[in-house]
Amino acid sequence: MATDLRTGVRPARAPLPLPPLLAALAATLLVSLLCCVALGASGVGWGDTARHLWAGLSGGTIAPDEVPAYTIVWELRFPRALLAAVVGAGLSAIGVGVQAMVRNALADPFVLGISSGAAVGANAVLLFGALGSLGVWALSGAAFTSALAAMALVYAAARTRHGLTPLRLVLTGSAMYYGFSAITTLMVFSADRGEAARSAMMWLLGSLGGATWSSVPIAAAVVLAGTGYLLWSAPRLNALAMGDETAAALGVDAERLRRVLFVVTAAVTGAVVAVSGAIGFVGLMVPHVTRMLVGADHRRVLAVAPLMGAVLLLWVDVVSRLLLAPVELPVGVITALIGVPCFVVLMRRRGYVFGGS
Amino acid sequence: MRVDIEGLAVDVAGARLVEDIALRADSGQFVGLVGPNGSGKSTLLRCVYRALRPAAGRVLLDGDDLHALTAREGARRLAALPQESGGEFDFTAAEVVAMGRLPHQGPGGRATAADAEVCAAALARAGAAHLAGRGFLTLSGGEKQRVLIARALAQEPKVLVLDEPTNHLDIAQQLEVLSLVRESGVTVLAALHDLNLAAGYCDALYVVAGGRIVASGPPHSVLTAELLAEVFGVRAHRVPHPVSGAPQLLFDRLPLA
Repeated sequence: MATDLRTGVRPARAPLPLPPLLAALAATLLVSLLCCVALGASGVGWGDTARHLWAGLSGGTIAPDEVPAYTIVWELRFPRALLAAVVGAGLSAIGVGVQAMVRNALADPFVLGISSGAAVGANAVLLFGALGSLGVWALSGAAFTSALAAMALVYAAARTRHGLTPLRLVLTGSAMYYGFSAITTLMVFSADRGEAARSAMMWLLGSLGGATWSSVPIAAAVVLAGTGYLLWSAPRLNALAMGDETAAALGVDAERLRRVLFVVTAAVTGAVVAVSGAIGFVGLMVPHVTRMLVGADHRRVLAVAPLMGAVLLLWVDVVSRLLLAPVELPVGVITALIGVPCFVVLMRRRGYVFGGS
Repeated sequence: MRVDIEGLAVDVAGARLVEDIALRADSGQFVGLVGPNGSGKSTLLRCVYRALRPAAGRVLLDGDDLHALTAREGARRLAALPQESGGEFDFTAAEVVAMGRLPHQGPGGRATAADAEVCAAALARAGAAHLAGRGFLTLSGGEKQRVLIARALAQEPKVLVLDEPTNHLDIAQQLEVLSLVRESGVTVLAALHDLNLAAGYCDALYVVAGGRIVASGPPHSVLTAELLAEVFGVRAHRVPHPVSGAPQLLFDRLPLA
């Protein structure tokens, strides 16, 4: 490609056409979902996996001696794969939303302090058995509730009479993040149950190990609703990304939009973190990789990013289960190990501009 | 579309930055705001393009109170080029221009073929059609300004508000941008810091100092040596422009009293 000699800049970019990209991503997602169910430490063949999945989906019958394999496929791996897809999609969509909301390239779903707030509630359950009466709902219930409490706290602290300004939001959220993390660490140290401390650690780094059929539907519904809202708001997110003044001139009330975005992204973060812990890097990296492929228009970014995030997290989960099998690694470790080099290479290759140079 | 500003006052962070503003721009007129830095020009304009709400007074568009309209309805009548850098997001010029259709589409709106035509026409009118596929952040100052003007034109407004549109542009680009705006045919309200450009392009000038309008009228009656000494603290000598005849100014430092 030739460079324009007069201005010395690279020529126009041709972003990938959207419909074929979406079709390819949807197909990849389906295949990845199947692979994620079929691949695991205890070998269940591809044929058996397909048969058990079909039995589960269609309500068919299986032979009694196949019950263990069926249980692995239908009760453990399939909900886990679905959850991985939901969480990956959710984190990616919120990452896009938060980056537009605070107009900051370094923002991710956790920059608002919501996730570490959720960790406080979750660890209270894990370490001290709080909310024991809620049974299996105690953990995600506590995580979600404390995420909402953290959201209220960040909102109250960041709000001025001019509303929520991007910089104040990021600063307040980051400060709260350290505050909540300190509380969590205090709890881990003061609890004397070694195993619980270990699972608290797993939870801080993110894990899909707790996936059950009961944890999938609510998370999926919240992620779908949140992503739907963001997609619907995509044209206004474009205006917001250009600046509050520009947004105003285009008939968008930046202050009100940012308020709604804050509540939506916080609620989705809370729902995702409640079922999977704080899986880092997905919400930061996927939005950027998506913009490198399809440009910055939020209508395109928000259509592509959730699919990319879902596929990414499915494969990350496979790797985290198989790399040191039977030991399962925290998902966040793998997202960082795979993500960082990919990210650096992509950023250097595509002349990606974010920040003006 | 006529713009009337009546008794306008604007507060920012509890401080009154401008007050008692009265201004009138007839349909199709190019009205300039001049005044020293910090005099309140930008604050006044920010209130006109609705980034700030008035503490008192009204902005009327053909008699309708702008701040009583919905944000979208207001943006269909009045477009603006704020003094913002345009963020960090790597939009293409075409995507930036497409944002101008937002007030016509509604919150979840989809762009139609008609929208695409309006955008293409706006890019062409602003002389920026060749920039459509380029990244906005990679453009030069003059090219960016052309694209932003195209976005404003795509909004199909009746009034255009510009906050120092010639900042950071070379002289050819400055003349280009102001001619483009002048030729758009809409009512223009612009803050300008170059008094000679203001004298050359504006039908009327309003001089802002200390948050108030201290003089107004056609350039030749406003830009007097006395006023420039009082408001800007400079000694000015007026000469007619050899081609257009518009008053042009040459400056000296005012001798210390």
